[in-house]
Amino acid sequence: MARVLVGVKRVIDYAVKIRVKPDKSGVVTDGIKHSMNPFDEIAIEEAVRMKEKKIAQEVIAVSCGPSQSQDVLRTALAMGADRGIHVDVPGPEYQTLQPVHVSKILAKIAQEEKVDLIILGKQAIDDDNNHTAQMTAGVLDWPSGTFCSKVENNNGELTVTREIDGGLEVVKMKTPAVLSADLRLNEPRYATLPNIMKAKKKPIKKISPKDLGVDLTPRIKIISVEDPPVREAGAILPDVDTLIAKLKEGGHIPSA
Amino acid sequence: MFSTCLRTTLRTSTNKFGSLARYESTLVIAEHNNENLLPITCNTLTAARKIGGDVTVLVAGTKCETAAKSACKAKGISKVLMADSDVFKGFTAESLTPLVIKLCNDHKFTHVLAGASAFGKALLPRIAAKLDVSPVSDIIDIKAPDTFVRTIYAGNAILTLKSVDKVKVVTVRGTSFESLPLEGGDAKCETVAAVDVPNQVQFVKQELSKSDRPELTSAKVVISGGRGMKSGENFELLYKLADKLNAAVGASRAAVDAGFVPNDLQVGQTGKIVAPNLYIAVGISGAIQHLAGMKDSKTIVAINKDPEAPIFQVADHGLVADLFKAVPELTDKL
Repeated sequence: MARVLVGVKRVIDYAVKIRVKPDKSGVVTDGIKHSMNPFDEIAIEEAVRMKEKKIAQEVIAVSCGPSQSQDVLRTALAMGADRGIHVDVPGPEYQTLQPVHVSKILAKIAQEEKVDLIILGKQAIDDDNNHTAQMTAGVLDWPSGTFCSKVENNNGELTVTREIDGGLEVVKMKTPAVLSADLRLNEPRYATLPNIMKAKKKPIKKISPKDLGVDLTPRIKIISVEDPPVREAGAILPDVDTLIAKLKEGGHIPSA
Repeated sequence: MFSTCLRTTLRTSTNKFGSLARYESTLVIAEHNNENLLPITCNTLTAARKIGGDVTVLVAGTKCETAAKSACKAKGISKVLMADSDVFKGFTAESLTPLVIKLCNDHKFTHVLAGASAFGKALLPRIAAKLDVSPVSDIIDIKAPDTFVRTIYAGNAILTLKSVDKVKVVTVRGTSFESLPLEGGDAKCETVAAVDVPNQVQFVKQELSKSDRPELTSAKVVISGGRGMKSGENFELLYKLADKLNAAVGASRAAVDAGFVPNDLQVGQTGKIVAPNLYIAVGISGAIQHLAGMKDSKTIVAINKDPEAPIFQVADHGLVADLFKAVPELTDKL
C-alpha cells in the first residue's frame, strides 16, 4: 500500500484581478483573497481517490510558505488528506522561494516519510513556472509523469496518459514516481462542512527548511514587475460587411 | 562568421557585464519528429542567437539524421550534435536528461535552451534540477545573457529577472521570437555517443489529433470557439471559416471542458499561447485565463452576443451578434 505526498500552494485566487505594486517589486498580496492553486486541488483529489480505491494508504499534504499556508493545508485535509506538513518560510524569504528550493524540500520530505508517489499540480497560477514536479523527480532520480490527464495504478506500475501538444501520450513507469496533474485529470470535490470541522482535528506538523537541510539562497534577482502593455479597446462594428472591410483594410484578407 | 547583429549583441553584453563577461555558449535542444525540426525550435534558435556566442544544436532521437541535417542549415549556428538511439523513443525527459548533463559537463555550456512546449517544459526543469540551477520558464525577451523577461499571473504582470546561476536553463515562448529560417547555414554535424539511460519510463503510444489545418501555435490566423458554440458539431461552422482563411482552430477552456473539442486545442494560461496576425474569438467571453493565451495577437476580432463580454475590451473589432448567423455570413462573403 502506497503513501502519497501532495504539494499544495497558497496563491492569489484565480478570479482576482491582480495589481502590480507601484515600486515594481512585485504584485500586491496583502488583503487579497488567496486560495489553493487550482492544479493542486486536482492533485489532492487524485490522491484521495487513490485512497478511496484502497490503492493509497495515507495522503500527506505539504505546503511551503508563511503561516497562512496552513489555510490551504486545512482545505487539503478537509478534502480527505490525512495529515499536513507546513514548511515554514516567512515573508521575505518566501519572496525569492523558487521551485529549485521547493523541489529539494519535497524530495527530503518524500524520503523521510517514505512516500511512493508524489502528486503535484502542473503549474502554480501565480509564477506560472511549471517546474516543481519535474525538478522534484530530478532531485530524487524518480520517473515523472507530467501533465497527466489519466493515471491507472496496477500494483505500483503506473500507466499515465499525458497531455502533449498534438494530443495525448501514454507512458508506463514504476513507483516511486512523481506526477503532475493537468486540468483534465479529475473534478475536485468541495470540502463539506462536517469534513471542514473534522479537518481541524487532523495534525499539521510545522518544520523549517533548515530542519531538512535545504538552503534557500535566492537564485534569481527580481529586477522589476510591471504591468503588461495595455491594449486599446477597438470599435464595435455594426455588421459583418464592415468587419470584412476592416479585415481587408488591415491586410488580413486579400481585397478583391 | 557571425552576423553583425550577433556581434553587436555580444559586444553590448560584454560591456554591460564587465567582470562577468565570458564567452557565451548555448545548447539548443531541438524538438523534432525525427524527420523535421518543429517550428518552435526555429524560434528558440533566434533566442539563442540573441544571447550571443556559440550556438550548438542537439538533435536526439531515433533515426533522426534527416532532422539533424536540416538543423545544419540554420544560419549562425556553430554545430549540430546528433544522438541517435532507440532509447530516445518518445523523447522522454528521463532518457534525454543524462545525455544533456554529459554534454553540459563536456562542453561547459553557459545556456541550455528549448522551446516552451510540452516537450521543453517536461524536460528542462529535470535538467536544471540535475545541474542544481533554477530554470527560467517561457521567456518573452532577453535583456542580457543573464537577464530575462517573462510573464507571471496569467500574463497580467511582466517579470524581469536576473539569474545568478552558473548555467541558465531557459524555455522560450515561441511566439515572442522570430523563426530562424533553416537555410544559408552550413554547420557540421557530429555524432555523439549515447549515454547509459536508466530504464525508468516506458513510452507506450501517442495519439495525435489529425488535421490538415495549420498548427495552432504557428498559424497566421486562428479562429477559436468557446462555450457559446453550444456543441462540438457546431464547431463545423468554425472549420468552414478556417478553411477560407487558412486558419488554425482553437478553443477556450470552457469549450474543451464541455467536450466540444480535444484538449490540445485549448488556448490560454494552461493551454497554448498563440500570437497570430489575426485572432477571431467566437462565443468566448474572455476570462483572464483565456486572454493570457492570445492577447499578443496583432489583430483581435470578437464575435459575441453579449456586449458586456470582457473579450470586447481587448478586441480591435467587435461584432455584437449571434454567432450562428454572423459566422456563416462571414464565411459566405469571404
